[in-house]
Amino acid sequence: MHAIEETIKETCKKLWNEGEINRILAWEKGLFDYEAAPALFRNRESISRLVYNEHCGGNLSKFLIKEMGKEGKVLVLLKPCDTYGFNQLLSEKRVKREKVYILGVPCGGMRDEKGLLFKCQSCKGNDFKAFDQIIESDLSVPAPVPSKEEEKLNQMTAEERFAFWRGQLSKCIRCNACRNICPACSCIKCVFDNQDSGVEAKANSDAFEENLFHIIRAFHVAGRCTDCGECSRVCPQNIPLYLLNRKMIEEINERYGTHQAGESPDSKSPLTDFKESDPEISAIYGKGGVS
Amino acid sequence: MLKMPLERLDELFFELSKEHQIFAPMEKAGSVSFFPWKKGDTLCFDTLLTDRAPKSFFFPQSETLYRARKEEGSLSIVPEEAEEKSAVYFGVRACDRRSFELLDRVFLSTPCDSCYESKRRNGYVVALACKNPENTCFCQSFGIDPAWPGGDVSVWIADGELYWKSLTEKGDALTELVSEMFEEGDRKKVEEQKAEIRKKLDALPLKDLSLERFEHPDSSMELFESEQWESLSETCLGCGICTFVCPTCQCYDICDYNAGHEVRKFRCWDSCMYPGFTEMAHGNNRNNQMQRFRQRFMHKLVYFPENNGGIYSCVGCGRCLRKCPSSLNIARVIKALGENGTEGGNHE
Amino acid sequence: MSDRTNVLIPEIGMITDVRRDTPDVKTFRVNGLEGRKPFDHMPGQCAMLSIPGVGEAMFSITSSPTNRDYMEFSIKKCGCLTDWLHQMEKGQEIALRGPYGNYFPVDTELKGKNLLFIAGGIGIAPLRSVINYVIDNRADYGQVDIVYGARSAEDLVDLEEMRKDWSKVQGFRVHLTIDRAEEGWEGNVAFVPDYVRELKFSNDRTVLVCGPPVMIKYVLKALEEMEFASTQVYTTMELKMKCGVGKCGRCNIGAKYVCKDGPVFRYDELGVLPSEY
Repeated sequence: MHAIEETIKETCKKLWNEGEINRILAWEKGLFDYEAAPALFRNRESISRLVYNEHCGGNLSKFLIKEMGKEGKVLVLLKPCDTYGFNQLLSEKRVKREKVYILGVPCGGMRDEKGLLFKCQSCKGNDFKAFDQIIESDLSVPAPVPSKEEEKLNQMTAEERFAFWRGQLSKCIRCNACRNICPACSCIKCVFDNQDSGVEAKANSDAFEENLFHIIRAFHVAGRCTDCGECSRVCPQNIPLYLLNRKMIEEINERYGTHQAGESPDSKSPLTDFKESDPEISAIYGKGGVS
Repeated sequence: MLKMPLERLDELFFELSKEHQIFAPMEKAGSVSFFPWKKGDTLCFDTLLTDRAPKSFFFPQSETLYRARKEEGSLSIVPEEAEEKSAVYFGVRACDRRSFELLDRVFLSTPCDSCYESKRRNGYVVALACKNPENTCFCQSFGIDPAWPGGDVSVWIADGELYWKSLTEKGDALTELVSEMFEEGDRKKVEEQKAEIRKKLDALPLKDLSLERFEHPDSSMELFESEQWESLSETCLGCGICTFVCPTCQCYDICDYNAGHEVRKFRCWDSCMYPGFTEMAHGNNRNNQMQRFRQRFMHKLVYFPENNGGIYSCVGCGRCLRKCPSSLNIARVIKALGENGTEGGNHE
Repeated sequence: MSDRTNVLIPEIGMITDVRRDTPDVKTFRVNGLEGRKPFDHMPGQCAMLSIPGVGEAMFSITSSPTNRDYMEFSIKKCGCLTDWLHQMEKGQEIALRGPYGNYFPVDTELKGKNLLFIAGGIGIAPLRSVINYVIDNRADYGQVDIVYGARSAEDLVDLEEMRKDWSKVQGFRVHLTIDRAEEGWEGNVAFVPDYVRELKFSNDRTVLVCGPPVMIKYVLKALEEMEFASTQVYTTMELKMKCGVGKCGRCNIGAKYVCKDGPVFRYDELGVLPSEY
């Protein structure tokens, strides 16, 4: 990993010297050995403090939105899985391709103090879906492990599932971290922040509304969620939010054919695109969705 | 010092529960927080930091203040009755226990907040020593001793025994309820544990976190104007994790919940990290995330101490160190500002 | 004040009069339900007005404490709550709590002084309370000058009261100005800061300034040029507030809470605060 970090630094310095880039979005050392902190490097000298190691689990794509208002080009370190989120932002015109230099960085699975990150258990592989340059390596990605929770949830009765989600979502403290990190949640002003929307609230007087916040959010990102797992990673209350999104993905795949959001910047979300092969309304009736 | 076998804890709780509701750390749906105890519950005394900070005992995330009804054009306000239910909070850690004192300074200062006051007055805090302080702990920087947790009653768990020491009148009242279960215990085991804890504290990575930079109120504007804020806050997501998991953050919002037949006015946690926190109809005095980020830490390290005889509004629990998705936290801020920019910042 | 256990719980007031001052400012007279004045206050203090289901916000109390019968609020339409208020009529009920904050030091520092009031637009609202207080305690204060400006003649709040009552008080001078010349306006045309310069006030006065931030900024500059000391100048601040009692945190600037330690600040006190207002 150390050799990779050195190559990244050299590459960054070279690009900076060539006038190709003006800023770098990467990681620096965190407080502890088991963490790295996302950081923006604003001058060439600070590149010496850039780190890339097995603790760089987060997806930096979302931070690019803020960079778009600035002059010049930003270099961003993206792991293979991060490029899906990037493409999603690109297809929704929240980032400009010409203002970003993507340095694809290899990944062999990311860890925190407790071990392999949960999101790495459903690794999408080592293909970069967007890049300007790739740092080569012989790291191999972790083998996907089927989610036990997902299996369990699928076997539950509707009542059990309802109880499961009530239990999970009642832990929510409405910090909005899931929303703020999500590459698909990129509205300039979220409906939940709009004082005139009638649903604006930090915490409602009725816990059930917190449940709805997550369900509404899951619907909102349906078809656009890349299943990057960031929402679950950041949740301070350990709510397995990815399960809601997986369910949406499963339903969409079943109806509209397999779709991986962020696979390419040109791919259209099945829910905002009409194809003649799309299922008829009767298929929805058949599923018991409309009574 | 009193003691009893730890295995009788369930009985102890049962006795206490005849007079008070008991709250203790338990795991529910994959996270550990304080929940109402019932017979047979499994307790989590190995977890130092509950996912929800104990501030919510007295300052819940959401509470109704009053209901406003409108009937035939006439408005009526029905205040929510204060619940005078007493509760024992068992297993509060020294850092979180100190957070109550900081919250008291806000909520009990004139004019006193009666919602908070009634819950606080009816709450009995049984504080538990931290046998195994963790890497993210830095309570000692704020003069907190996890070996001597304070509270109405301090308890230690050592060698299968529960040691119990009442420290206040409230503590004495609790002791009286359960005195028959205890026997007089010698201090030796507790003293041993205390020494052990202090040894562990000395080995913690953040033990040398220095607050010296913040000890001089005259430098507050200098701190405010520090160039460090820009780089420190650059990757702040603007979520509310740090403020909501923080045991001392107490900012709140007052909102309406329109239920049709009545409007419920409720008070809920709010975060200075949110743009809407200071946004008015005609503008916002903190327009960007850097300003909001700076406000949070200036408040904890400079403004609050200025108003409260030098006491910082941080107890070093380390929740923000564990929970921030961007690894931004008060320890990094203290280091970066304290060391005049050798860490955390990346400008010239 | 009614017997309340919780400071955040309002009482009910009735709107007993509504007066349109300008196209976007109305003055509301409020009484308690039994016809009495809701609570006592000092000039410069504020109250939280709320319409359940719409919102709650802090407004300065425009009427003078010497008025024992009712309370008045001059309110500019600029958001959700104020839009709603502007649709309200005499006889309707609102909720209110207060008084909040500090006040202009009418019984200490201002006593015996020559006073210079400088206001722009709706900024007259907190000053009107002081001006009427000074009129009712005329012997306690010296010469009074009031400089008041707005965008146009129709935007001058309380114009009638100024012309009819204020300018007739012994030792009172009212200087009105509007930003741009218009037909029918025979008074002065200039921005408030320029007019203040033009009037060449001697610096033996204590100044009370209130208006839009940009006006305050340039007035302070003008006063500095005229060699007024920062300890001679008072102004009021406005930030978002929710609790009104220095606890909810949003009006915190430096070690101050505007709702509790303000809204009135002497200019030298503002100088040491971080520039976030």
